[in-house]
Amino acid sequence: MQKLGVFVCHCGTNIAATVDVKAVAEALGREPSVVVSTDYPYMCSESGQNLIKDAIREHSLDGVVICSCSPRMHENTFRKAAAQAGLNPYMVEIANIREQCSWIHKDREEATEKAIVLGRAAIAKVLLNTPLTAGESPVTKRALVIGGGIAGIQTALDIAEAGFPVDIVEKEPTIGGKMAQLDKTFPTLDCAACILTPKMVDCAQNENIRILSFSEVEEVTGFVGNFTAKIRRKARYVDETKCTGCGLCTEKCPVKKVPNEFNLGMDNRRAVYIPFAQAVPKVARIDPDWCNMLKNGKCGLCSKVCTVGAIDYKQTDTVLEEHYGAIVAATGYEPIKVDRYGEYAYAQSKDVITSLEFERLTNAAGPTSGTLLRPSDGRHPHTIVFIQCVGSRCTPEMGKTYCSKICCMYTAKHAMLTREKYPDTDVYVFYIDVRTPGKNFDEFYRRAAEEYGVHYIKGAVGKVMPRADGTLDVQASDLIMNEQLHINADLVVLAAAIEPSKTARRLATMLTASMDTNDFFTEAHPKLRPVESPTAGIFLSGVCQGPKDIPETVSQASACAAKVIGLLSKNKLTGNPCVAHSDEWMCNGCSNCASVCPYGAITYLDKDFRMPDRSTKTRRVASVNPAVCQGCGACTVACPSGAMDLYGFSNSQIMAEVDAICK
Amino acid sequence: MQEMMKKRAMELLADGTVTRVIGWRRGEFSYDISPAVFEDAAQIERDFVWDAFCGANVSKYLIRESAKGRVLAFLKPCDAFSMNQLLAEHRVKRENVYLIGIPCAGKADIDRIKARGIDGVTGIEEDGEAFVVHTIYGDERVGRADVLAERCLVCKSKRHPVYDELLGEEGEDLPDDARFAGVEKLEAMTAEERFAFWRGELSKCIRCNACRNVCPACTCENCVFDNPDSGISQKAAADPFEENMYHIIRAFHVAGRCTDCGECSRVCPEHIPLHLLNRKFIKDIDELYGTYRAGEDDETKNPLTSFTEGDAEPAVVRKRGRA
Repeated sequence: MQKLGVFVCHCGTNIAATVDVKAVAEALGREPSVVVSTDYPYMCSESGQNLIKDAIREHSLDGVVICSCSPRMHENTFRKAAAQAGLNPYMVEIANIREQCSWIHKDREEATEKAIVLGRAAIAKVLLNTPLTAGESPVTKRALVIGGGIAGIQTALDIAEAGFPVDIVEKEPTIGGKMAQLDKTFPTLDCAACILTPKMVDCAQNENIRILSFSEVEEVTGFVGNFTAKIRRKARYVDETKCTGCGLCTEKCPVKKVPNEFNLGMDNRRAVYIPFAQAVPKVARIDPDWCNMLKNGKCGLCSKVCTVGAIDYKQTDTVLEEHYGAIVAATGYEPIKVDRYGEYAYAQSKDVITSLEFERLTNAAGPTSGTLLRPSDGRHPHTIVFIQCVGSRCTPEMGKTYCSKICCMYTAKHAMLTREKYPDTDVYVFYIDVRTPGKNFDEFYRRAAEEYGVHYIKGAVGKVMPRADGTLDVQASDLIMNEQLHINADLVVLAAAIEPSKTARRLATMLTASMDTNDFFTEAHPKLRPVESPTAGIFLSGVCQGPKDIPETVSQASACAAKVIGLLSKNKLTGNPCVAHSDEWMCNGCSNCASVCPYGAITYLDKDFRMPDRSTKTRRVASVNPAVCQGCGACTVACPSGAMDLYGFSNSQIMAEVDAICK
Repeated sequence: MQEMMKKRAMELLADGTVTRVIGWRRGEFSYDISPAVFEDAAQIERDFVWDAFCGANVSKYLIRESAKGRVLAFLKPCDAFSMNQLLAEHRVKRENVYLIGIPCAGKADIDRIKARGIDGVTGIEEDGEAFVVHTIYGDERVGRADVLAERCLVCKSKRHPVYDELLGEEGEDLPDDARFAGVEKLEAMTAEERFAFWRGELSKCIRCNACRNVCPACTCENCVFDNPDSGISQKAAADPFEENMYHIIRAFHVAGRCTDCGECSRVCPEHIPLHLLNRKFIKDIDELYGTYRAGEDDETKNPLTSFTEGDAEPAVVRKRGRA
């Protein structure tokens, strides 16, 4: 007969207020095999743990059931305590009577009854537990950062600084991301390029950083400490190792009318181009959709002018396979498409632009060399209307339910800079609320409104109507004055909501990292583990986790790097002994388990078996690599014959739990 | 056709391509036909049968037979689908089998023949759109549609997805319109009606295990119902729901792997429409994950054991379940 101890935690009043903990301890104390059953206000405290340890020693317990919070919270704490008292840590079972009981029930009697049932299930399970020993796995001391915007750059720099090699994979031909497209940055108004490009150059020069630009992650296998990624290096038709970035080809290319995506299509580039002057790597790329040579074999001018012979029309995609210990998602964001908001006439008028387009129009490297001109006629606008929350804080049908967080501040910046550079302008900002928490943020907004005379109007714009004379009739309501307004504007700027990059969902699937309904990556804990994904070894940097401005992105990026460095500095990771194993006598070799295994932990062997009639039979059977298996259990339910089973969560244990609950 | 098959089988035996042949042999009655292994020309000459009663799916026997050396099997289109599924699950090694696809115009259901008052059946012959049934009382001519097995009336394909050679003409996939009519009828019932229907049907089960033993998807080394460690192996029914669980578990185990060959219903001595359980799964898989046909090839992953970004979200499945 096994001897079990049951320990019921009050969790202060978290559990005890709803569950009669004394009654639970008493009821479970009457269960067969239970030799000690007691309650305590905080089982996780040192004295609570001592209570458990003393009981294990005093009663020579074979197993322990702790009725407390979720095992995610304190399973490790209690396993360690048990180990210190000489009990195998895997002989500890947690009955979650907080998250799954006291927090979700109001009725004390019902909650108490349920807590007892949950305790009984844990007792049924622990009776079938077997002592397990964890294995170890090595850590590949290299990190993969997916996304080369400011978040990815900062994370990579910090990891590299700690001495670990880092690969940055960027889908565009250059790193820099959205920040490279910005003009000035709030609240200090320093130029984005001036603070970003040195960091880009640092990345290029850091010997621990390898930039894989114009590349995409195609497949990720493995697990924490031992990931393998396949990275597609897309053909740029220019040899990266030879190109010096002199730009001669981009001057000679005869195809001049290619919309320039860096300037959001507001001017043109050539078919062979370098995205912008400070691009890193500063290497040209040929756009196969436009290049005459690639399309019909006629031209070849760039190849003739290139002095180093870097042009390679025959270049093809290559796939690089690399091993990593940690992976950082830093996939960033895109502004949403605003065409669907017909009331703002974005699709009808060239003079209705998005805030990112406004950034390019005021940027010295932009299509107008930094002079604010109307896109339609190139004239100087006098009345400018900014509309906030376009698609943010919306109904789910009409846009994003969340606040995009950065728009209030950049709109204040745009309004302020416009008024400073062009004092003859009238600038209006329509807002729902102005949200400016952050160091020196509110002061910045008040300066725009008070010192620079920006007209802040609380209210919504109902309609923007292009008029025959080329101006825009902005019809709006002023909620404070309670009146309808008509403003004759020259330029309307829409603060479009931001959404996670479209590439993020595919990546999340590859990484088995979870996402929320808006496709932002979910963090392991919203407060206490904000830069880690719940999937071990996957870390989150920047806007891919939620809307953020640059200061916040950079702090999160560094926090993320700290977590990665913590992981990479370990030589070995203790594995999880709760892994799958196959009963070879029952296995059919049908491959069902291998096809559901997300980690590729299952392989097949042709093995000789001595049969009862003394003949030898060769059979195909599954074999689990315990170092790769994460114990998810998918194989155990996919196996039709029940040959697959999971240590610590065996089919019979789970059936015993169900039986105990249904009794 | 029977003579062509015999000739080809003997040739392949003679030239050493195969060492054995799987076909059909007559039992006590002319319609009582079972799969059989033939080892020489004399056996083939004497016993090999191919007629409208040869409904049995021979693919499952290849698991055992192919392990002993290369074997020839004659496959009807539906057998070929089962065969491919077995190849996909590595239950049969492709190099150990030689597969001849044979055309099939549908098999006769002896129970439907008897239900028409025809007794003393001694043989059957195909004659255009009719069968000529020989009996001890003389010949009877019956319309094909009147005596075809249900599974043949709603045949999904006359095409062989796998073969080494074909005898006769290759057919085509047939439209699925009628195949799911039975399932749709069940879906239209209320949950209570459906429960009552299945309780009624499954209560007839005598747990002979014939459905499992014949099923080409039931190929476990050790079936959970024979494994005392599985916790569900009881031979004697402990409560009146036992047999119901047996069929429910079996349907889940073959979900996404069942090729709808209909053998389970054919062999059931209690005439339980077991194929409806499997067909419901097939219909659901088609609707939730796009049309999928187990046994179509030996590479495509079963939608239930693979994950794609386009998969139905669990919420969709739940919502449908409630409706």
